[in-house]
Amino acid sequence: MALDNTKSTGFTHVGTTPDRPDGVDKVTGRARFGADITAPGMLHAAIVRSPHAHARIKRIDTSKAEALAGVKGVVTRADFATGLTGENWNILENVMAGDTALYDGHAVAAVAATSSLIARDAAKLVVVEYEPLPHVTDVDKAMAADAPVIREGAADTSVPKGLHPNVVRYHESGHGDVEAGFAEADLVVEDHFKTEATHQGYIEPHACLGTLGGDGKGELWCCTQGHWNVQKICAALLGLETANLRVTASEIGGGFGGKTAVFIEPVALALARKTNKPVKLVMPRADVFKATGPTASTSMDIKIGMKKDGTITAAQGTFRLQGGAFPGAPCEFTAMCAFAPYALKNVRQVGYDVMSNRPKQAAYRAPGSPMAAFAVESVIDELCNRLDLDPIETRLKNASKKGTKASFGPTFDRIGLVETLEAAKAHPHYCAPLKPGQGRGISCGFWFNHGGETAVSLALSEDGTAQLAVGTPDIGGSRASMALMAAEELGIPYENIRVTIADTATLGYNEVSHGSRVTYASGLATIQAARDAVKKLCGRAAAKWGIPEDAVKWENGCAVPSGPNAGDFDPLPIAEITKRMGATGGPIVGHFEATPEGAGVSFATHIVDAEVDPETGKTSVVRYTVVQDAGKAIHPTYVEGQFQGGAAQGIGWALNEEYIYGEDGRLQNALFLDYRIPVASDLPMIDTVIVEVPNPGHPYGVRGVGETSICPPLAAIANAVSAAAGVRLRQLPMSPPRILEALEQQRNG
Amino acid sequence: MSKIHVTTTVNGDEVEFLCDPRETVLDVLRDRLGMTGTKEGCGTGDCGACSITLDGRLVCSCLVLGVEAEGREIATVEGIATGEDLHPLQQKFIEYAALQCGICTPGILVATKALLEKNPDPTETEVRYWLAGNLCRCTGYDKIIRAVMDTAADMREAS
Repeated sequence: MALDNTKSTGFTHVGTTPDRPDGVDKVTGRARFGADITAPGMLHAAIVRSPHAHARIKRIDTSKAEALAGVKGVVTRADFATGLTGENWNILENVMAGDTALYDGHAVAAVAATSSLIARDAAKLVVVEYEPLPHVTDVDKAMAADAPVIREGAADTSVPKGLHPNVVRYHESGHGDVEAGFAEADLVVEDHFKTEATHQGYIEPHACLGTLGGDGKGELWCCTQGHWNVQKICAALLGLETANLRVTASEIGGGFGGKTAVFIEPVALALARKTNKPVKLVMPRADVFKATGPTASTSMDIKIGMKKDGTITAAQGTFRLQGGAFPGAPCEFTAMCAFAPYALKNVRQVGYDVMSNRPKQAAYRAPGSPMAAFAVESVIDELCNRLDLDPIETRLKNASKKGTKASFGPTFDRIGLVETLEAAKAHPHYCAPLKPGQGRGISCGFWFNHGGETAVSLALSEDGTAQLAVGTPDIGGSRASMALMAAEELGIPYENIRVTIADTATLGYNEVSHGSRVTYASGLATIQAARDAVKKLCGRAAAKWGIPEDAVKWENGCAVPSGPNAGDFDPLPIAEITKRMGATGGPIVGHFEATPEGAGVSFATHIVDAEVDPETGKTSVVRYTVVQDAGKAIHPTYVEGQFQGGAAQGIGWALNEEYIYGEDGRLQNALFLDYRIPVASDLPMIDTVIVEVPNPGHPYGVRGVGETSICPPLAAIANAVSAAAGVRLRQLPMSPPRILEALEQQRNG
Repeated sequence: MSKIHVTTTVNGDEVEFLCDPRETVLDVLRDRLGMTGTKEGCGTGDCGACSITLDGRLVCSCLVLGVEAEGREIATVEGIATGEDLHPLQQKFIEYAALQCGICTPGILVATKALLEKNPDPTETEVRYWLAGNLCRCTGYDKIIRAVMDTAADMREAS
């Protein structure tokens, strides 16, 4: 449904690329991130973690730790709320183990002391007696009949009878008759794929500083993608009233979904309550790898039928996601995204959420979608190769468009997949010559995008400048986008708008910065809050002129009579109105609260050239182009940045990154040296094309851009590797040993 | 464990502190001197967020002990701008959106400033390899590399 007062052309500020409002803070070291704050008398905390993949906790003896000079308090599960159910219970169980340690790195106790060195020493003095239990970390093994059960009774009612208790959720969707569709095909390709768990890899470890008194009132500072969510969960886990805990979001050093979850904040608050002092808790990097949420690992089966002319006749996918020792792996997102780019008569997708002895997975940029795209787009590439079809023409032939019944149910409104494919086809990259040993890969990707609960307030100052308070932490330059949209509506300079990320006591509930929702939802709310302020400004002008409110309109930062019949008055600039706010009715504040539901879905097409070294098995990405629909790019440079960042993370996922567990169920590569994310010398420049097919659900047509960019790279690179080296890798990452093994197998026939 | 008295120079100012022998320069800067511009990303020398120069040499401050700073000269991100005037690299990083979250930015600025002092005319490959020890998870490095190359060109023209 189109919104009233939509605007798609004639922008003054939107689409320009001014410096971000917090730029100077961030290049001078002045910006305060999670670990950059202190409080008088504060203590430092350290967490004691399980060295076992799965073990019963028989006894915890904290006496030696408590006896160490400087130690002020130790907490265990006994210091948290009891009687929790559902997801609150899951989160508490993950934050602090109950009677069983469920994965290597699971928290079992925590210590607060007068220095971080003492806290670390004291953590080593906490004696935990474990009884090791059988463990499982692989998704297929966790579903097998003989797998150890992580927790009986964790499955919900969606799971069909007869499956292993580790299968805790089940999803099935689709339409048509896939068997009939496969019968119509000239070629059917069916393959099995696996992807390993990867970590969001934000450079800033989780950090927080909490106080909590015996009166149940607390303050928390933390790096998070959403502080209202932290407030709600911490209140539940500590048995507090929500409004009595005020949470302030620090600057955030990357999140990518991983900071939508709560890990250490309730622990800091429990220690603060026990010691009656402020407690700072900063996660060591190894703990970030071991005990925050990586993405799910997967095992997938894909079957697609195609006619000789490229028409897809049927598609079927089975997606098994391992999400750690708790329910929640996004099996339905994986299944629903898998075939979304294609208009299919016959499609069926099944998803399994499987528990194992690994950390509780968390969202990672378009959670679940990149893995599905890897499998599906690899099979499409294989079909194109074997039927001698052009990969872009074939995708265009089958592309979803407005009116297509999506593979996951609804009918698409206006979408931009065809436009991204056409732009990719027209891009010089697509027809550029390749050198020997190089191959080119194409892939599409899809993400839903999200709206969510949003509240914004825009207060005018006496000089006609504006203070905009939003509730979505600025992960990648969103203050600039908000200021641009407010400037557009108010008709005042961009520099005259100060954007603040408000704390939980200042605005109504704001959902976390996830789902590519910030520029869409907080942006929509900013526009509406500015329009609310403009309405009030016009009202003040109307009162001054003695004419009806609807006879005043807003132009270029001034109130003006709306037509010749309204009267002849000189334009009244914003500062003239705000200067007299107090005497003409009081402060002028625009606000907007809603749960916008018109987030437009987003598609992308990526082109990548890769070169494989047959001696070492190393793959180099030599050229990369991202084409993605942004709906409307508010600040194009930051849109490009989202495209490039997603592509880079996808390159890491495709080629290097993986959680490596030993036979003992322990994580073997919990540091950046061994969990290798792309470094500057690994990557080429990443070219971008911003396609703009307006989203009918946003006043300016915005679609979220943060997540879709990580969906195509896995498959695009796999397809490029296949073209370059003549071997198709169906397991990620395509690390040098795997490539060498595939080349060896090929040589041996 | 008794603390050790250290005298050192940070961004041109002489400072004194007491530190535990186990504390790193990074710990000292952040926790004892209140200079939180230098960031900790890993504590193992793998991410470069804590980059500083020590007597002009680029190092990870998480890999240098606080007591080793005795008599040395430390430079951090807080010393890059001159008063209100940003260094050309800082200006270009803002202009090019060469940062998204900004956590790696202090280390990358310190590292690139050190690069341009050694090599005012680096190739793209040289910039990429010089920065290979500074992880950025947001940008894919594209805009960082462009900002560094163009700042270098501007600075060469200005000199």
